[in-house]
Amino acid sequence: MLLRPKSRTIRNLKEFLIEKILFTTAFLAVVITVGIALTLFTEALPFFKSVTLKQFFGDKQWSPLFSDPHYGIWPLVTGTIVTTVIALCIAVPIGTIMAIFLSEYAHPKVREVIKPLLELLAAIPTVVYGYFALLFVTPLMQKFYPELSGFNMLGAGVVMGVMIIPYVSSLSEDAMRAVPMALREGSLAIGATKLQTSTQVVFPSAFSGITSAYILAISRAIGETMVVTIAAGMQPDFTLNPIRPAETMTAYIVQVSMGDLPHDSIGYKSIFVVGACLFLMTLFFNILGQLARKKFWKAY
Amino acid sequence: MENENAIVNNKELRLEVKNFNFYYGQVHALKNIDLLIERNKAVALIGPSGCGKSTLLRSMNRMHDLYPGNRYEGEMILYPEKLNIVSPKVDPLEVRMKISMVFQKPNPFPKTIFENVAYGLKIRGIKDKDLIAQKVQKSLENVGLWNEVKNRLNQSALGLSGGQQQRLCIARALATDPEIIVFDEPTSALDPIATAKIEELVNVLKKEVTIVIVTHNMQQAARVSDYTAFMYMGELIEFGETKNIFTRPSKKLTEEYITGHFG
Ligand SMILES: Nc1ncnc2c1ncn2[C@@H]1O[C@H](COP(=O)(O)OP(=O)(O)OP(=O)(O)O)[C@@H](O)[C@H]1O
Ligand SMILES: [Mg+2]
Repeated sequence: MLLRPKSRTIRNLKEFLIEKILFTTAFLAVVITVGIALTLFTEALPFFKSVTLKQFFGDKQWSPLFSDPHYGIWPLVTGTIVTTVIALCIAVPIGTIMAIFLSEYAHPKVREVIKPLLELLAAIPTVVYGYFALLFVTPLMQKFYPELSGFNMLGAGVVMGVMIIPYVSSLSEDAMRAVPMALREGSLAIGATKLQTSTQVVFPSAFSGITSAYILAISRAIGETMVVTIAAGMQPDFTLNPIRPAETMTAYIVQVSMGDLPHDSIGYKSIFVVGACLFLMTLFFNILGQLARKKFWKAY
Repeated sequence: MENENAIVNNKELRLEVKNFNFYYGQVHALKNIDLLIERNKAVALIGPSGCGKSTLLRSMNRMHDLYPGNRYEGEMILYPEKLNIVSPKVDPLEVRMKISMVFQKPNPFPKTIFENVAYGLKIRGIKDKDLIAQKVQKSLENVGLWNEVKNRLNQSALGLSGGQQQRLCIARALATDPEIIVFDEPTSALDPIATAKIEELVNVLKKEVTIVIVTHNMQQAARVSDYTAFMYMGELIEFGETKNIFTRPSKKLTEEYITGHFG
């Protein structure tokens, strides 16, 4: 034989090492995530030595630092949900339409110009977005709707939505462009229009990737801090009304972290409790998104 | 040519390709093609790789419109409408509604089996659920797939075997009652049994619809087609009844190709 395989032991050793290295890398990601979660939860637990679960889930006010403290988490939850929903109402439709345009309609040259510009949106510091919401968008909306308060969830949510458009559009576009040309041809060949092909064949074919984009957008919106801290006001309020000021979980964490808190104070502990809730909420939406994706995959 | 006139006079003509040229940008891919395609007959396009079979076929479906820089020249007239399907004035959508295409590799949509076949009807704005169900069943019966899939119509088409997927794609093309279906090497990705089924199918389908089929397989051309066109380097070398082409071709090139003594 001219081509003798290399020694089998060496080959096996190499395969073994490569497999172990790959496994370690993947394992590291899991370890880090679990580590962070564990720290959060162990630091959060002492909070419940001084606050009962009934207070935490039963009270509708959140004012742990006041002389008359209340420890109800719901105002922070509603603040987070309202701003997130507003942001998604902006980012998901616009981002998806942009992705369809860029992937299916835009001339390559147009795409080459628009795509980097769009991705630049994601590179602007979030503090800039925060002041943009506070000093431009809110005053603009007040012209049409004078009752709007200077700090409000609407302006913050809208600007946050604009901020996460690139996350939606960029990933969705990649997913749609990965759809084989043969599927588009198959649709067009039997008389479908370009629009029908884009929305009824390309979009569903790319849906798995597009859900990933949406999940990322949700996580981004829930976790976004600067915009809501600056523009939504820092007053916890149990309300779903977007024209009111409110405080999100992230904004609360910033607010208390800025003060000087003794290590064992309730304020210090509350940071970790809110952090843990934030973590759970993001996890919840991630799992929900994954389930939606799985369900879709099963159906098609 | 008397033969041609006979076809025209009998009003049996379906597609008349007249002095047709095609360009991929600067590449002159088809040169002065003349071809008469009779109604409800199957025409095979044969020839060595790169001779322009797919290019000609895709012109009939205006697929080249999808990519910039392509140019049609000359005429392809669809009868009885007398519609020049390659004219820039004619809407490619209108052409594709009358002439649908089946591809080399099965390309079912990631939808259910039912939705795949119903797709062409739905995009034409047909809303009548009964009519759609009826058409879907008839198309699936026509391609011999109904009994295999009738209990799993709502499952993904991607779960079908390659041969079943290809028949599904044919059903999808059939559902909208096209006048012509063009096939680009529809069996080259399939095993012999699946291939035999498709060939049988083509023989059945041509009772109702005109068929143009590209194939690399001489036996296949002989088995399924009534007429055969032999192409070479962008030109149509010889066109005639399949039995004549395969038994006594009039051109030396054709003979060399079909006997395998090529070049
Ligand atoms: N997009 C394109 N741009 C430029 N030239 C092309 C393009 N597509 C095909 N060609 C050329 O046109 C000629 C005909 O190609 P075509 O695909 O029609 O051949 P074919 O007969 O179908 O071959 P095969 O049997 O291999 O499928 C070839 O010389 C090919 O190189
Ligand atoms: Mg080809």
